[in-house]
Formats: sequence, structure tokens, C-alpha cells
Amino acid sequence: MTMQLTVWTYEGPPHVGAMRVATAMQGLHYVLHAPQGDTYADLLFTMIERRDRRPPVTYTTFSARDLGGDTAELFKTAARNAYDRFQPQAMIVGASCTGSLIQDDPGGLARALNLPIPVVTVDLPAYQRKENWGAAETFYQLVRALAGPSAPPPGAKRPPRPPAARPRCNLLGPTALGFRHRDDVTEITALLARLGIDVNVTAPMGASPADLARMGEADFNVVLYPEIAGQAASWLQRTFGQPSTKTIPIGVSATREFVEEVAKLAGIDARSTLAACSTRLPWYSRSVDSTYLTGKRVFIFGDATHAVAAARIASDELGFEVVGLGTYAREFGREIRDAAGLYGVEPLITDDYLEVEARVAELQPELVLGTQMERHIAKRLGIPCAVISAPVHVQDFPARYAPQMGFEGANVIFDTWVHPLMMGLEEHLLAMFKDDFEFRDGAVPSHLGVAQAAPVEQTSVKPAAASAAVPDISVAWAADAEQELRKIPFFVRGKARRNTERFANENGVATITVETLYDAKAHYAR
Amino acid sequence: MNAHVQGCAASSELEARAVRRESGQREVFCGLTGIVWLHRKIQDAFFLVVGSRTCAHLIQSAAGVMIFAEPRFATAILEEKDLAGLADANDELDRIVTQLIARRPDIRLLFLVGSCPSEVIKLDLSRAALRLSQTFSPAVRILNYSGSGIETTFTQGEDACLASLVPAAPPPGSGEDQLLVVGALADVVEDQFVRMFKALGIGPVQFFPPRDSTALPAVGPNTKFLLAQPFLADTARALENRGAKRLAAPFPLGVEGTTAWLRAAADAFGVEDMTFVTVTQPYRARAVRALAPYREKLAGRSIFFFPDSQLEIPLARFLSRELSMRLVEVGTPYLHREHLAQELELLPAAVALSEGQDVDLQLDRCRTARPDLVVCGLGLANPLEADGLTTKWSIELVFTPIQGFEQAADLAELFARPLVRRAKLVT
Repeated sequence: MTMQLTVWTYEGPPHVGAMRVATAMQGLHYVLHAPQGDTYADLLFTMIERRDRRPPVTYTTFSARDLGGDTAELFKTAARNAYDRFQPQAMIVGASCTGSLIQDDPGGLARALNLPIPVVTVDLPAYQRKENWGAAETFYQLVRALAGPSAPPPGAKRPPRPPAARPRCNLLGPTALGFRHRDDVTEITALLARLGIDVNVTAPMGASPADLARMGEADFNVVLYPEIAGQAASWLQRTFGQPSTKTIPIGVSATREFVEEVAKLAGIDARSTLAACSTRLPWYSRSVDSTYLTGKRVFIFGDATHAVAAARIASDELGFEVVGLGTYAREFGREIRDAAGLYGVEPLITDDYLEVEARVAELQPELVLGTQMERHIAKRLGIPCAVISAPVHVQDFPARYAPQMGFEGANVIFDTWVHPLMMGLEEHLLAMFKDDFEFRDGAVPSHLGVAQAAPVEQTSVKPAAASAAVPDISVAWAADAEQELRKIPFFVRGKARRNTERFANENGVATITVETLYDAKAHYAR
Repeated sequence: MNAHVQGCAASSELEARAVRRESGQREVFCGLTGIVWLHRKIQDAFFLVVGSRTCAHLIQSAAGVMIFAEPRFATAILEEKDLAGLADANDELDRIVTQLIARRPDIRLLFLVGSCPSEVIKLDLSRAALRLSQTFSPAVRILNYSGSGIETTFTQGEDACLASLVPAAPPPGSGEDQLLVVGALADVVEDQFVRMFKALGIGPVQFFPPRDSTALPAVGPNTKFLLAQPFLADTARALENRGAKRLAAPFPLGVEGTTAWLRAAADAFGVEDMTFVTVTQPYRARAVRALAPYREKLAGRSIFFFPDSQLEIPLARFLSRELSMRLVEVGTPYLHREHLAQELELLPAAVALSEGQDVDLQLDRCRTARPDLVVCGLGLANPLEADGLTTKWSIELVFTPIQGFEQAADLAELFARPLVRRAKLVT
């Protein structure tokens, strides 16, 4: 199977990944051989991220009539004009999906211009790869081209850091349009400062080409987002002998491990800093109000880094039960499979939104942790949801400080994941007084008055889109059983309906009665 | 026509009117974007883009349309192997269409929509549509058009779509004159026009595209059509080739534009002058009343249009003549001199018109002019706001009901709101 039917996509094309790197940096310009229309990508940055500047991208904007003529000349003119106007320190050149089909060789054309700055070619296979891969490749090509000239001779031993000098690291991976990258960088930079470690270069975010050129001066690298920085970090390791961190500091335990890992790489003692660092998550999670979080069934989907981190927090720090774990990034399938093994769940590695929707409908989790796509799925299915990963939405760039990483990140995560859930006693009251007119399905809170009617909840939880993937239910519901089902609070009713139907199917029950309902309840009791 | 509207530029001046033509980087959408509103308008149609991941990403991003959980559009994403062998690509396309139609039995009309990559590799979608029609007709009609960026700019996608639909329209059953309103309009606007034409005694009236694709209006020599949108060059040509006659008119934006537009139909259908005035006068008066407060806010303010939807010239005419705004530059992606002839006559003689775009140069001109309001795409709006300029997103002008008497004030409000907001905020 080659051609793929796509409704919604998790990732854009690879040149959008290159744009995320270029837009995050300073003093870099991207000349993209692309037709009219590809400029839509600018609005991702100016609207979703509310950037106050256009991305530093020049599009050659060729049209059908140029194809018979000289598109190569068009590229050269665009590149020369972009240099004259923006005076960048360095330039990257490449082609979008259509640009690559006309085989004009942007790299060769740009070299022929003899611009007095480094020009880096980024060749992105648009019909094979996607956005994150494009970002990683672009970042790697830039680091190699700009830091490469100051590399020590191969095999040279890295001189030890002078005893008086503070340890220095690079902070790698944050880009434009990243999920909370802005605040993660602030949080981790502050954490490193408390440990006595200086940041040499943060890149791509905020770095200039000149900054990339001095990346070799750091003692080690902190890889915040392996999807974007993994490839560059391993080149830096090979070329400059700089080791990199493996732990992603999302969650309390992971942040503590990260501190220990960093301390080891920096040759410092982190014990006093660790003792002084505090976060509210562990106590909030242990406090009795959180009892109702116990065993909440959670479905997790996102980029691999955020999904794996979320599963660990959900399971170990909040006491949820991970019932599903997946990623849209096939390149990181192994990481997800390993983590899924830890929780005994089937890994879901797909970039087909409908497949994810079908899985959520099938699992009937009580909480979905996902991307903006899963937020839509959860909304349709009436399941609470919190966003943990890119692809991003304007809401993922909050005005307040809201990191995911570090100790403050753990606080943010506690609030973000717990607030969509029904609180403990509230849940019980709803279950007890099901027929109370103010608690009935879809009733609005009484203080909002009766004028506003809430949307009526759908009785069937099967999404239209995913119906083919949900097993055909041939069992019937007796009227009294259907009525009894309605007494179950709506936020768990979908699960109850599905469990009962599955129970009936498995036990050859043709008509579900009130007794079947309670038999199933007993069967699935946890 | 000219008897009813007062032109400010004489015909000789019009011919001499200088238009700045630019080529360079264009900050505009491609024609695929039209799918965002067309798939809501034609309620039993599905749009299958044959393109790349970029195409899918564009449609998803252009208008933030994720609200439609399972929309009636999708992208068949070409992969490396499809590029290598076109025979395989055709097989793959057949497989995907079969899968799609099986999943969506409610679909009666399927558009195969060409994209930049499908055109560069010369994937012949018209042949594919014919081939697939043999399998799926009559249950599903399969048509094709190009929404590619190398061929179409933004609203030209609607033009290409509607032009592809014209041959599917049946021939007329009788010789009776009929009015066809051409161009996607909001349902509420259509309903208002239906009432208005009825009151004028003009009819039968039909709309193109129809909401139901199986109820395509008949087209023939007895069809007189009014363009509701200024970007329908190919559609008009296709209709004319079927013998239909275009009624030249300004576009139904603002009181003056709507009046002249209705008047063109009234004249063609022999409506008495008295009747026309009697029927339209109350609506005109109400619309003028509704516009008055916006006139106070907008009069004398300067405005600069970046090219976007081809609606720029009719909008500029409305803002200049009914709200007394000052036009600094009116950019349009493409200037159709014939369809816009009545509009151009109404524009002030001194206005700077530009066609095409070199966005960097145009931004230079805009920043130098420092207009009170800039109409531009979403990629430019926040950067210009950050420079201290006030902007109006042009895409909203395409996604909002703005035509007709009852919407004249809504249209003015779209331009007033950014200025009101700017004035309200303390910093």
C-alpha cells in the first residue's frame, strides 16, 4: 500500500519541521523552493504561537507558467534578494514537496551565488518523511555545518575542564511551535543554575548561527526533545566527545533522575540541591482528596517522549491505570513498545487519527492524555482530556508560565490532568441521586439558571467514524435494563454499556436484563 | 446599468487606470482552501485531494476546521512509490476511492481535486474521474478540478470547482427565462435573495452550487446569470459556452452594490422601475440606517488591502463610497477587468491598484503609508499589529455572510471592530 487516505494529520511535511528550527533561531534565513500556497505555513507561527514576526522564510512562489521556463533562475533571484534584504548570518536552502519534484538543486544554485555567508542545504524527502524528522535533520545539518569547522582532529582526547571553571552544557531541542518548549527552557535553565551549571548554548530556540559555531565549548549536552535533537546530539558526541543526557525531566521521579544524571556528567554533588528542591505533586497525590484518582483508566497518545513520560507519571505518581499508550511517530516506535510492555498494554503506533479514535472508543478510558487531535476525539466521546504533546493549538501557548519539565512542570501537570476529572464526593453524589432534577444528564449547574440547556448526551458512544472498527454488537437491551443503565452517571455509562455488551457477547446472552447488567458489573469489578 | 449608478471615473480614465503588477513571493492560500467552505455548502459532496502531506496540512491549518470531526474531505497522500509509477498511482487512487465510497454511502458527488504535486507529475485526474465514473455512476457522480497553487489562488479554487460542475448541469426543460445566481453564498443570504427576487417577480431563481448536488439547476440559452462572487472567471465562461448570458453588475456588497446587482436582474427580467423602487426601498433604507453608526467610526480612515480573495475591489468600493474610507492601496491576486468593469467605474480615480504580489515590497509600501487599517492574511496580521498597525483578517470576509442589504452593516462592522478594539485597549 502506498497512497494513504488522510483526514487529519499529526505532523506536517518535513519542510515545516525545518521552518520550526529556522523560526526558533536568530539571524538565520530559509529560502524554500515552493509554489504559491505553501506560505500557509507562516500562519502556524503567527497565529498558533502568536509570533510578532514573520517566520524568516522566503518562498520562491513558482507557478504553472514558470515550470516551462526557468524556475532555477527564480530560485537564484529569490535567494539573492533574501540575502540583500534580511542580511542573515547563515542561510538554509531547500524545497517543499512540489519544489523537490522539479529537481532544481537549490543547494547547487545557492552555492553558485557565492554569498558571503554559510549556506546549508537541507534535503528533505517530502514523500517519505514528516515534520519532526525534518526538524531533526535540519538541526543536525546546521550544527554539523556551523560547529564542524571548530571540531578537534578525530581521535583527539577532550581536555578536562579547568578546576575553577563552572561546568557548561548545551540545551538541545526546543523549537518554534513546540509543546511548552518556551517554558521548559526557562525551568530547566533555572534548575541547572541551582546546580551550578551554566548553559553554553540553547538551540535551536534563541540561538544564532554564531552560537551554533561554539557548541563544542560545552562539557556535555542536555537533550530535552530527542525527536528533534537526538541526531545532532549524537554527532556532537562523536565529534566533540560531549556526552548527552538520556533522562527527560518530565514528572517528579524523572526530574530527580535527571538532576542526578546531570550532576554525574558535570562532576558535581547534587544532594543538597535535590534536598532543597520541592514540588507539590507528591503531597497533593497522597492527600486524601486524591483517593478518587486511584485506578482511573487513562489512555495516552502523543509524541513518544511526552507519551512515555506521561505514562510514568500517570502510573507511578498519580496512581492511574494506563490502559492505552501510543504514538504517531513511527521513528520512536521502539520506545513506545518498551513502555507499553511495562504497563501490559498493546502499543498503538499509527498516524491514522481514525484508528486512534476507534481505540479510545473501544477502551472507554476515564481520562485521555493526548494531542489536540485526541482532545477532539475525547470531546466527541464525552471523556475528560488534557493535552500533553504537539501537534499544538493556540491554547497550548498559555499566557502564564506553564512548563511540563522540572519540578514546576510536575505541579502544572497535576493541575492540568486532575482538573478535567470529576471530584471525589461530587462523583458519589451524582451516583446516589441520579434522578435529582438538577443532576440529570446534561443539566447545567443550578447557579447558571434553567434557561441554558446543555447539549443532550448521545446514548450511543460509538463514533460514526470508527464504527467499522468497533465489534458488531448483536445483543439487545431489555427495556428495564436500558432504564437501569441510564441511572449510571453519564461519564461512566459508556464504559458500563460496552462492558455489559461484551460480557453478554462472551456469555451468549442474547437479551441484556437488569441481572446481566449487574453480572457484568461484578465481572469487571476491580 | 450606468444610468442607475454614478461613476466617478470616466471610461477613458478607466482604460488608463494604472495597475501595479508584481510577481515575487505571494502570501496567499492556494485553491485547495476553498474546500473548507464548499464542503459545507454542497451537503452531499466529498472532496478528495490527490496531493502531498503539505496539502492535507494546509487544509487542516487554513481555517482551524478541526471542528468537523469527520469532514467530507480528505487527502490521498502521494508517497515515493506513487511518484515512480503513474500506473500504480492510478490503481492506488481507485483503491482509495472505492474504500471511501464504501465508507460514506451518503456521498452523491465526489470531486477529485488536483494539487501541485499531482499536476507536476501529470497525474491525469480527468481520466481517473471518467474511469471511476464507469464504476460508481449513477450512485455517485465523479468530477475533477485543480486546486493547486501553481494554477489557482485561494478563491479560484471555488471557480475551478464550479466550472467542473457546469457540464453536469442538465439542459433546460422549457424555453422560459430563468435566473441563476452563481457563487457560494451563506444559506441565510440565499434565502434573503430568494424572498427579494420573489417580491420583484423575478423567477424561477436557482443557485449554483446547489445545496443538494442531485438538484443541479438547468443551464441553457434561456439562463441569465448573476455572479455573486467576483472570482468566477472560468465558471462564467463555462456557463456562457452553454449559451447562458451573464448580467453585468457590481457585486452585492453594501447597499449600493446590492441595489445595482438586483437592478441588473430586474432590468433583464423586465421589472418596472416603480416596482423595483417600491420593493427595494424599505430594505435599502433599513440598511442605510444600520450603516450610519459605522460610517461615523470609519469615515476618513485610511485602508490598505493585501491581495487575498479577489473581493478586494468590491470591498474597497463599498468602504470608499458608503463609509467614506480612504483607499491607500487595493491589492488583488487577479484583476478580471470584464467582470469588475462596473466596480472599477465606481472606484475613486486616484486609488492605487495592484495585481499579483511581491510581499516584501508591498509590506514596505504598507509600513511607509501607515494606514489606519490593513486587510491581510493570517500570516501577516500579527507581525503588522506588532508594528503598531491595525489589521483585519481577510479570511473572515470569505467565511462570513456579507452580501445583501441585511449584511451591509455586518460587513462594515468587520472593518470597524479592529479599530474599536484598538481604541478600547489601554496599552
